[in-house]
Amino acid sequence: MIPMIWVLLTVVFLMMRVAPGDPISATLGGKLSPDELARRQAALGFDRPILLQYVDYLWDVVRFRFGTTITDNQTIGSIIIENGGATLTLTVAALIFALILGLPLGLIAGRFRETVPDAAIRVFAILGYAAPPFFVGLLAQLLFAKNLDWLPASKMASPIVQATAVEHTHILMLDLAIEGNWDGVWDVFRHLILPATTLGLLVMGVFIRLVRVNVGQALGGDFVEAARARGVPERRVVSRHAFRNALVPVVTVMGLQAALLLGGAVLTEQTFSWPGLGSRLLQYLNNRDYIGVQGLITFFALVVVVISLIIDIVNALIDPRVRY
Amino acid sequence: MTATTTVTGSQDAAPDARPPRRGNLLSKIAAPYKQSHGVQRFMLITGTVLSLAFILMAIFAPLIAPYSFDTYQDAQGRFPQQGAPTSRNHWGTTVQGFDVLSRTIFGARTAVEVVLLAVIFSIAIGVPLGLISGYVGGWVDRILVLVMDALFAFPYLLLAIVAAFLLKNTIDSGIVTTAIAITVVYVPQYFRVVRASTLSAREATYIEAARAMGARPRTIIRRYLFGNVIQSVPVIGTLNAADSILTLAGLGFLGLGIQPTEAAEWGYDLQRAVADAGAGIWWTALFPGLGIVLAVTSLTLVGEGLNDVLNPTLRRRRVNKPRITSYTMNESGAVGPASAPEVEEDVG
Repeated sequence: MIPMIWVLLTVVFLMMRVAPGDPISATLGGKLSPDELARRQAALGFDRPILLQYVDYLWDVVRFRFGTTITDNQTIGSIIIENGGATLTLTVAALIFALILGLPLGLIAGRFRETVPDAAIRVFAILGYAAPPFFVGLLAQLLFAKNLDWLPASKMASPIVQATAVEHTHILMLDLAIEGNWDGVWDVFRHLILPATTLGLLVMGVFIRLVRVNVGQALGGDFVEAARARGVPERRVVSRHAFRNALVPVVTVMGLQAALLLGGAVLTEQTFSWPGLGSRLLQYLNNRDYIGVQGLITFFALVVVVISLIIDIVNALIDPRVRY
Repeated sequence: MTATTTVTGSQDAAPDARPPRRGNLLSKIAAPYKQSHGVQRFMLITGTVLSLAFILMAIFAPLIAPYSFDTYQDAQGRFPQQGAPTSRNHWGTTVQGFDVLSRTIFGARTAVEVVLLAVIFSIAIGVPLGLISGYVGGWVDRILVLVMDALFAFPYLLLAIVAAFLLKNTIDSGIVTTAIAITVVYVPQYFRVVRASTLSAREATYIEAARAMGARPRTIIRRYLFGNVIQSVPVIGTLNAADSILTLAGLGFLGLGIQPTEAAEWGYDLQRAVADAGAGIWWTALFPGLGIVLAVTSLTLVGEGLNDVLNPTLRRRRVNKPRITSYTMNESGAVGPASAPEVEEDVG
């Protein structure tokens, strides 16, 4: 895991520095006088040899320091605390939605392979994956927010809820629940439905596909044959023997899904003006703030690696074959 | 497996192997369509027909579209801004006063151009690297695997975003640079699959025989390994093409894609449509979005169909199933077993 993180960090560092010039002149070039530019470069250490900068970067990351943005002078750490909760809420809700819908559908498709329900579910899965979140999000806004007026179209909460919330955990929904403001929780929940569904549909397709293939594979396995031979009812064969075995790869792939979720979250947040890390990343991309981009990308990379590590551990817990 | 048969031939006899391969290629392309059946065949054929339709639309865009992608007026004067569909602009106009129908059709052209370039680039980089890494081994292999795994683990959209961001700031944002940004994302996939099948093919008897006859590593990689390893590429290529349409649109949506003056791009159009949605204007979002969904779906259908037919691990299972009586396991350009799990995994 450590070499993985090291390689990832090196890749991020190299990518951000292959660009000619240094982050300061790339961001502020033309806006400041050459003297002022040189002074700020020296202050942040960008006039030193690249190797030293690289070592510094790694050492900073080890201490969880991701730098201070150039354009609005905030530490990446404070941005993560401030906006991370919104992204966490969105991705967890999307994942739950994808699991609730994806697992049963995949099971049905795998059980009745190459029949009409299977084909229908497969096409649904492909469509869920093929429709980019920003398109699904726009259609959802048009239909459910504009035409039917059931749900709010964008933002994370109504202004009044947002203004009166007291910060405890920086996760708005939890903060409101701690304060006992259940109307506020409901308000955030209503705001959450459309973005979470949009992002969830993207991931759901992968779950359906995986469960389908694995249920099909498990149903062809010797242990299923053995169970049938013992006279185990077909329902039980499918739910106990095939489905459970099909879940192991799903857990494995959840690590990869984290990457898909994060990427999709950037798009979804942009579509719904959701105040998460993706929106911040985009802000710094548009302002050409190299430190902001580098810091957030580094953080995302760390998150992905840590999640895949957790998944490995969970995998070892549920699948005895991995342990030995 | 073509390479196994050429092992006995001397090295000088290589060039004349071309003519018979031609016929092979055609029948190889047709094979998946012949072997598939039922729902699978329907999905495969639907996908192929739709994909071809998109490519035709891309080629003949100027003939099909009523206006060019950046036309904002005709003989009767300027188009209305955000105008509803009329007989003049069948699918309405955008906030900039462009014709939505024309932009959607020209969007297919942009998508085909970028995706084709990206797929060619990633194959040209990923396949040789995978071959070398798998065959040579040693520290070259270890370093390449580390880097590629790191890139593979990274959220692919973020990777493309960073690449596009840097290219945009240093070079320019055009069709080629966008294709390069997308290439960065997909090289690791080809690398992994090709390396995996190279590793297993390396130990095969015919490679050993070639080595024993004194063939240089270059010759072995080019003549013997390449032909065997390349067979898993069409499936990944098709699925990646589908995926890169999404990446392209994502970049466009975030404003990191192609300049709007250079070409019509579905993702960019959808970005402009976000503001329209609040006003209940649906036509600027619906049509470019449908373009993306249909293009990606059709390519995915082709890729998955090919995978189902060519992937031996999936096929074996069907044979296990008792109620199916007719099956074909003979003479297929099957994907090597070593690569099969990879393909499944990469589907996501």
